[in-house]
Amino acid sequence: MAQPDTSTEPILRLRQVDKTFAGNIVALRGMSMEVRQGDFISLLGPSGCGKSTALRLIAGLMRATHGRLDWPGGGEGDLGVVFQEPTLMPWATVERNVWLPFRLRRQSLAASRQTIHEALALVGLEGFEKKYPRELSGGMKMRVSIARALVTNPRLILMDEPFAALDEITRQRLNDDLLSLKAKTGATVIFVTHSVFESVFLSNRILVMAPRPGRVIEEIDVPEPYPRGDGWRNSHAYVEMAARTSNALQRALHPESEGV
Amino acid sequence: MALADDPRTGMNPAQPPAMDPSLIDPEEERIARAKRIEGTAKWLLPLVVMALAVWLWDRVVAWNEIPHYVLPGPGLVVETLWEDRALLLGSLWITLKITFMALAVAVIGGVGLAVLFAQSRFAEMSFSPFAVILQVTPIVSIAPLIFIYIENRLVGLLLCAWIVAFFPVLANTTLGLKSADHNLRDLMTIYRATRWQRLIHLQLPSALPYFLGGLKIAGGLALIGAVVAEYVAGTGGIGSGLAFRILEAGYRLNIPRMFAALILIAITGVLIYGATSLIAHLALRRWHESALKRE
Repeated sequence: MAQPDTSTEPILRLRQVDKTFAGNIVALRGMSMEVRQGDFISLLGPSGCGKSTALRLIAGLMRATHGRLDWPGGGEGDLGVVFQEPTLMPWATVERNVWLPFRLRRQSLAASRQTIHEALALVGLEGFEKKYPRELSGGMKMRVSIARALVTNPRLILMDEPFAALDEITRQRLNDDLLSLKAKTGATVIFVTHSVFESVFLSNRILVMAPRPGRVIEEIDVPEPYPRGDGWRNSHAYVEMAARTSNALQRALHPESEGV
Repeated sequence: MALADDPRTGMNPAQPPAMDPSLIDPEEERIARAKRIEGTAKWLLPLVVMALAVWLWDRVVAWNEIPHYVLPGPGLVVETLWEDRALLLGSLWITLKITFMALAVAVIGGVGLAVLFAQSRFAEMSFSPFAVILQVTPIVSIAPLIFIYIENRLVGLLLCAWIVAFFPVLANTTLGLKSADHNLRDLMTIYRATRWQRLIHLQLPSALPYFLGGLKIAGGLALIGAVVAEYVAGTGGIGSGLAFRILEAGYRLNIPRMFAALILIAITGVLIYGATSLIAHLALRRWHESALKRE
């Protein structure tokens, strides 16, 4: 299923979530959102807008100061995560890195192998099972990281600026591949990014966030259905959405000029 | 990934191009030559200098007609090493036994304590001062007390060598256990890894390079600890390690034997260092920066 499913309950609901750090630093204020099966939601904003804080809250790495996080269908913690760095274990081969989530569930490598190979095939890394991370390029390491996030077929995948450290060409290719991956697996993703183009290209909904205090200032729907064809990046609709999103981001950066 | 042929020349970049003299970069050639020379010099130079030093030692003894009970020549030392081989190798065996037992206990104790420290900050705060005090107090000043309180001489020697050797293992392993990648730690939390799984799958592998660095230092220190402890224990016991042989030979003015025993200790130290370095290399060569060759 490639389209977000709006008919049923959301898999995750945030209601008026606040997070205040020690010293009264308000990282996030009044964040609400609903994530439905098949959604690809981008959290877009400048540094300090609370987008990574939101992701850490959802990942269960910290707790909200106020507000609620609900998982209406259960399955809390059934997650895959991709960080800004590939975050692989350098002492383990590609295959054993992808095995990690299964291994922690005490599932043997032999029993997991088939699934691991399928995940590696999805990210275009067949035949790299026995390589060590150091033998791979930055983009390939990121693919391994994505395979690890996918391999358990989790209800929700969290991505925290996964391609920010890569060069432009690798980044575009990974965006293309992520989009086709999304179409193939129907994965539900929350994607944190700095990039207007990335967010429009990938997601069906963009939450534009502003800093001090971190909050959502605008929600933009990208109506283009999945799977998005090759022409999407050059289409008129894409350019228009990018311009609109860019304007929203401008308001996040310079609230005074808009008289907010 | 396959590289496309260079469209300008149609040449496969993997094949060396035909030698065009104008393409030779004298600067790069010079650097390459310097590297080759350095590669040979790395093992040749120490050998030559070592041989030269031994030769000079021999000459100084011969030219000045230094009596052998003051400074024996290298020939006499080697001769003594051979003649007393049964006695010296027996002593070497005892010293080695204490060294390796102490090293083994240092590894078990150091890693065990480090794991405990990594599990509990409070344990670390409470006990690490003791470890530091043990480390900074010279072993020669603790050893006499140890031999007063501990009847069994072997246990006393072992304890001394252990005190000297265990700290680098403890300090390095503790640091290593804490230096696991913070994103991987978050990932463990997200996947709900147990404490034990976190230790086995993340912390211990992360600590391995640090531990092996500590082991390299501890190997040498265990030998030093074993020898120093035997000096302090003196000749009063049943001991007959290499340090005992040196003391005994000193009393008898058997200077060549002192030199022979000394050389055995030095060789042992070098071999221990070589062995621990080899272990570290073999364990890390597949993945760790320190063991990788730069291209």
